[in-house]
Amino acid sequence: MKRAPTHSYPGINLGERHASAHKATEVVTFGFWVFLMSDLVYFGLMFAIYITMIDAQAGGPGPHELFDLKSIFAQTLILLTSSLTVGLAMLALKYNLPRARIVLWFGVTLLLGISFLVLEVRDFMAMAEQGGIPQRSGFLSAFFGLVPLHGLHVAAGCLWLIVLGIQLRMKGMTDVIISRVVRLALFWHFLDLIWIGIITIVYFGGLTYG
Amino acid sequence: MTPSYSGFLGRLDWDALPITGLIQNPNANEIVANAAAAIVLVGVVVVVSLLSWFRLWTPLWRDWLTSVDHKKIGIMYVVFAIVMLARGVLEGVVMRAQQAAGPGDGFLEAEHFAELFSTHGTIMIFFVAVPFVFGIANFVVPLMIGARDVAFPRLNQISLGLTVSSGMMLMVSLVVGRFSTGGWTAYPPYTGAAFNPGVGPDYWIWAIVVSGVGTTLTGINFAVTIYKMRAPGMTFMRLPMYCWTIICSSILIVFAMPPLGVAALLLAADRYLDFHFFTNDLGGNMMNYANLFWLFGHPEVYLLVLPAYGIYSEVFATFSAKRLYGYNSLVIATMSIAVLSFTVWLHHFFTMGQSALINAVFGIATMLIAIPTGVKVYDWMATLWRGRIRFSVPMLYGLAFLMLFVIGGLSGVILANPTVDYQVHNTLFLVAHFHNVLLPGVLFGLLAAYNYWFPKAFGFRLNEVWGRVSVALWTIGFLLTFMPLYFVGLMGMPRRSFSYDDPSFHPFMMVAIVGALVITCALFSVLIQLWVSIRDREKTRVPVGDPWDGRTLEWSIPSPPPPYNFAIIPTVTDRDDFAAAKDKGAAYPTPDAYEDIELPRNTGIGFVLCVLSGIWMFALVWWIWWLAALMTVLMILAVIVWTFDDSTELTIPAEEVRKDHEAWLARVHGEKAVDRDFETSPENRGLARPDLEAVT
Repeated sequence: MKRAPTHSYPGINLGERHASAHKATEVVTFGFWVFLMSDLVYFGLMFAIYITMIDAQAGGPGPHELFDLKSIFAQTLILLTSSLTVGLAMLALKYNLPRARIVLWFGVTLLLGISFLVLEVRDFMAMAEQGGIPQRSGFLSAFFGLVPLHGLHVAAGCLWLIVLGIQLRMKGMTDVIISRVVRLALFWHFLDLIWIGIITIVYFGGLTYG
Repeated sequence: MTPSYSGFLGRLDWDALPITGLIQNPNANEIVANAAAAIVLVGVVVVVSLLSWFRLWTPLWRDWLTSVDHKKIGIMYVVFAIVMLARGVLEGVVMRAQQAAGPGDGFLEAEHFAELFSTHGTIMIFFVAVPFVFGIANFVVPLMIGARDVAFPRLNQISLGLTVSSGMMLMVSLVVGRFSTGGWTAYPPYTGAAFNPGVGPDYWIWAIVVSGVGTTLTGINFAVTIYKMRAPGMTFMRLPMYCWTIICSSILIVFAMPPLGVAALLLAADRYLDFHFFTNDLGGNMMNYANLFWLFGHPEVYLLVLPAYGIYSEVFATFSAKRLYGYNSLVIATMSIAVLSFTVWLHHFFTMGQSALINAVFGIATMLIAIPTGVKVYDWMATLWRGRIRFSVPMLYGLAFLMLFVIGGLSGVILANPTVDYQVHNTLFLVAHFHNVLLPGVLFGLLAAYNYWFPKAFGFRLNEVWGRVSVALWTIGFLLTFMPLYFVGLMGMPRRSFSYDDPSFHPFMMVAIVGALVITCALFSVLIQLWVSIRDREKTRVPVGDPWDGRTLEWSIPSPPPPYNFAIIPTVTDRDDFAAAKDKGAAYPTPDAYEDIELPRNTGIGFVLCVLSGIWMFALVWWIWWLAALMTVLMILAVIVWTFDDSTELTIPAEEVRKDHEAWLARVHGEKAVDRDFETSPENRGLARPDLEAVT
């Protein structure tokens, strides 16, 4: 295993002999960071809405009746593990391991992502059974505006994993594909970051308050 | 809420057409509504027939709709903006006419008047100002920073597609159904399902959401373009002022568009899914909407006006033949305004019940913006000072701006005082204020840019005489229309009222309608100017590319520029690099060698998404769920399929670049240089004789 040059690009090293691809990846990756910042504002505002509406329960069920911390704990473990597997895919990319290794880690990530979504939907259904539907109160609207928005991002990430997995198999490790892998990894870590916000503010915050 | 729709066409039926209203109830109100719908339909028929008659469909598709060239995308943005401007101006005239009809009911119904001010505001902000600002930026920015294209050319095409499709929704709402009556801010709960069950607010929501996505992508694109694509040697402190304002504007977009998207989508959740974000009952909170909307809305006005400041900076420097005065302070002022614009949103609802302390804090924050703005005004005046000034059309717009904008800014400072605001909020004083900053500020700047960069885009100058006529008409029209509104505002006339009974308002309304008619003439004079200029284009050609003795890189290349912009990417050594090169006699260098140039290949993805998103919005507005679902799937599929395409680049061989560039260089050396005094004469072929005395 070769040692990476000390000035390698964070998360990926296309190498000096690949200067043009390196440069192109830099622009695209930077652009994606800017997009993520914009997306972060979306989530930030939804968090703010949630915080302002935590009291707006209008006599409906609140956090104490609805939240199931065991399930949330399982979802957290699954999602954090998926961040690890994406990281392993990136390391495989960085150290030029066979393409199958990346596809393998992508596959594991996809499975984890889907299990997360299954658990999340199960939670929502359990909430609905207790009358916790978004139409019930402002608080529940805010909850269902924020948490499923994150779920939607995870679903989009899963779709992206599938499409990129197919492209990896069809086209191999071209510059364009490598650059997409880099961005997908960024996106996936971003989802984890948002989830940390959700367990802290929505679940722990909700249960601590009132 | 139980939807009363039949499965296949949702809630779409014959009553949605304005002609049904005319047949059932013929009156002036219905005639105006039908005339507007007819104008849209006739416009569509005329455009389609003209394109067919001149067999332009193929060139339109090949050269424009599938193009990813930032210059062409910029031009398409501007054309779109001018079409929408025509509608926006005419709506303004109808509103002024309604109020000039005197105390009493006028000729419009209250609902119709409400639709007019809602579409007028929505169109002017989202479909005139934004596309115009970023149309100009699209064309100019890569040329100014010495780049071959923007960072993401295909994304750029998609942004255009989404903006146009949502603009078209506004046009469709004239013919099918009705637009919102909730103003451009669409405050709930009035726009919620309980008070407004019709399609109007839905038209507003989806047009805003989709164009918002387009604008956000544009913002990302331009922030990255200016950050990463600058030519070698162009450090940030050598960046032309205009590019500084565009990067600040882009950053504003990246952070300010999400609040708008959130506000509109949560309102959609309330209306479509019976959520309770902003409803009166079950814990909904309208103030969240007000905060979200203005968290976007206030930065929005600065993201529009900052680029105009940038345009004026370039125009004042060029037409004074001087280096821009106080560049560093202008940069700092621009950045300060960009930051401060996020700290003042609450001044839009001083009267909605927060504490006096909060109001005082936001009032002071608002007044602070006047400081960097004042710095800018003094810098521009100092740029003019002892310059060799030419009163060309862009300069005249600039001078009108300098004087009128200060008035608008001062009335803004007055409004920033919460105690005064309690008196004049929601009156025509406020309307006068924001038109006073948006017309002389943004619109004049954009028209100056249009006159300034037109020869760069098309290779010939615009007609000078008609240009001056339109400056005069815009200025006079603006003054006559909006100055009276300050007075009636102070007298207490509420905004957005379709009728009034105080006869003392009437004389002012009569002046305002005269002004509105002058503005209509101003709009037509712009179109006449274009027509006359195209007719006389042989006399005003500027193929060499530098008709105004310009100072920045875009003037150092041919007009119109080749698809790859620069045969050789320039190395920048000075802030006004081209002016410095001309000064040293080093302009138009012959390069040692040419290289192959890679450009993005044409693609139809932007157009495909434009059509699909248009149908998607229409389906959502009319509750045609199967169609909306189908379009959602198709849009996702279109993007996925598109990412499988590998042949995205095409190469222009070095030999071809060499041939083009050498032919142009030969033309440069063969042409006679023209002194500034003969700038508007036919001798001006785009090669300026440097004015050594005036270069400071």
